[in-house]
Amino acid sequence: MFEKHGVPVLRGIVADTPEEARAAAEKIGGVTVIKAQVKTGGRGKAGGVKVAKTPDEAFDAAKAILGLDIKGHVVSRLMVAEGARIAQEYYFSVLLDRANRSYLSLCSFEGGMEIEILAVERPEALARVEVDPIEGITLAKAKEIAIQAKFPAELVDKVAEVFVTLYGVYTSEDATLVEVNPLVLTEDGDIIALDGKVTLDANADFRHPDHAALEDKAAADPLEAKAKAHDLNYVKLDGEVGVIGNGAGLVMSTLDVVAYAGEKHGGVRPANFLDIGGGASAEVMAAGLGVILGDPQVKSVFVNVFGGITACDAVANGIVDALDILGDAATKPLVVRLDGNSVDKGREILAARNHPLVTLATTMDDGADRAAALAAK
Amino acid sequence: MSIFLNKDSRVIVQGITGGEGTKHTALMLKAGTAIVGGVNARKAGTTVEHGDVTLPVFGTVTEAMAETKANVSVVFVPPAFAKDAVMEAIDAEMPLIVVITEGIPVGDTAEFWAHAKKKGTSRIIGPNCPGIITPGEALAGITPATITGSGPIGLVSKSGTLTYQMMFELRDIGFSTAIGIGGDPIVGTTHIDALAAFEADPDTKAIVMIGEIGGDAEERAADFIKANVTKPVVGYVAGFTAPEGKTMGHAGAIVSGSSGTAQAKQEALEAAGVRVGKTPSETARLMREVIAAL
Repeated sequence: MFEKHGVPVLRGIVADTPEEARAAAEKIGGVTVIKAQVKTGGRGKAGGVKVAKTPDEAFDAAKAILGLDIKGHVVSRLMVAEGARIAQEYYFSVLLDRANRSYLSLCSFEGGMEIEILAVERPEALARVEVDPIEGITLAKAKEIAIQAKFPAELVDKVAEVFVTLYGVYTSEDATLVEVNPLVLTEDGDIIALDGKVTLDANADFRHPDHAALEDKAAADPLEAKAKAHDLNYVKLDGEVGVIGNGAGLVMSTLDVVAYAGEKHGGVRPANFLDIGGGASAEVMAAGLGVILGDPQVKSVFVNVFGGITACDAVANGIVDALDILGDAATKPLVVRLDGNSVDKGREILAARNHPLVTLATTMDDGADRAAALAAK
Repeated sequence: MSIFLNKDSRVIVQGITGGEGTKHTALMLKAGTAIVGGVNARKAGTTVEHGDVTLPVFGTVTEAMAETKANVSVVFVPPAFAKDAVMEAIDAEMPLIVVITEGIPVGDTAEFWAHAKKKGTSRIIGPNCPGIITPGEALAGITPATITGSGPIGLVSKSGTLTYQMMFELRDIGFSTAIGIGGDPIVGTTHIDALAAFEADPDTKAIVMIGEIGGDAEERAADFIKANVTKPVVGYVAGFTAPEGKTMGHAGAIVSGSSGTAQAKQEALEAAGVRVGKTPSETARLMREVIAAL
């Protein structure tokens, strides 16, 4: 991604096995750096980055790094990069600044240190420069950042050019963070982005069809992957009460209410976040229930729907039809709380169907309590 | 009285001919809103029918404002075209722009927010929000107008369905204005903007503020309340059980490291004298106590 936007980087080859790492190191020649390709920070500290002087050392380093667990991400891919003789290390990032509803660039002439630590211990060494989202990082802005970060005059023009290319990555790729740590000056006098991290905005996926390929499907939770295939907004948690609701805020709140109710029932916890959105059609409800019932930890399910625009009778029909679609695959008890638009009709539909797995709750608190009690059985 | 929206508001709909635009134009009319037209460049000069109401479709926001004296625009334009639609409304100096669209890239929002801020002639609500309702007077958005009527409570919330839930819990008391500011990382109207407006609104006697994990908007709202709000405020924060590093439905709802947690938000609000409910029902109970003591 950096190369595509003209950011100076070292030559690198991706490797999935120690053998491939050895071949890559041979091809690059000289000293190489073997880096874990995981989507989290702190991999250096976790032993995910090693220097290799020879192809055989690259093989050994790859063997040591592959399979490492770095903050829950298991390493299955490596980058074998050209080694650089580093003269100096710097820090640069540009990110979304929520608090100021703008962009912010952080930059320091003092690199090689964790930026969070630098920000606390030596805040004066970290330049914080607001970047106007419309104007962006022009060459003039980039020079301002370099000067504030205390780069010496002879380096300002050189690093500023690199900052402009990095901002190109930020806007062209719809990132919310582009971080280079370290940005280095080599003994040959080149500025190079040695290591970096980019966070992409999922809302912008529609204009970046290539971003889907960056996703590490093997590392994703299988239930989350299944939910994603159905376009469901699902997050796996570690608990026993499956939760389905409409609207992100209400579902988050439902998880909390289930957790509180669980305190009275042996400490059962919510098993997932699942927002089926406004529509709550039978297909979406069936897909959602399918994912939740596929979670072996789930012992009961709480369906919490507030009918705003969506009428509760449509939701009730969705639940009934979903149970028909699932047939014998529906095995766990369901507690359903409906309120709002056409609630009486919705409750009537569920009562008339009288499905053995379905219990009707009167309120959100009541539903959470019943679902937690069922999960604790 | 109310905040930002009342019976005299004249509302146009950007994206009036689309599926969502059509459905919600009908519901907004039903709620009593003075909808005066819509915008769709490709259908300029046509009209749309809603019962016995015929609404003109204009090519641009500027034209719609000149012809109808509209002072509110509700945007239902899909994410890929939303930035251009909002930019157009800002350039036309539309006083209130309510952006309902979900899924707008945050970079696009950052750009139209920066533009609106520089120009200084528009208030933006949203994006990714249910909009604003002044019960009995007008609705600019998708909040169900049937839940409750007019009353003394002002409500500001990041979440749509939690807004509905809270309006439902307190339906016998009623609301001056309920505003959903949206769950995206950048929104045009903040909790603080709404709190300041409710504080100044004589018909609002008490305020319920609903927050959720992510960012520090609730903490900053707490500081604002401590310094500037004399009316009683009851709070609720969703997402105590949310794990770190996972986006919970709303693009902005994410706990990053130790920042953005529900716990920190609750503590900040309580330190500012806000009574915070553990659940929506407890929050409603606290509000009932506040109203009873008025």
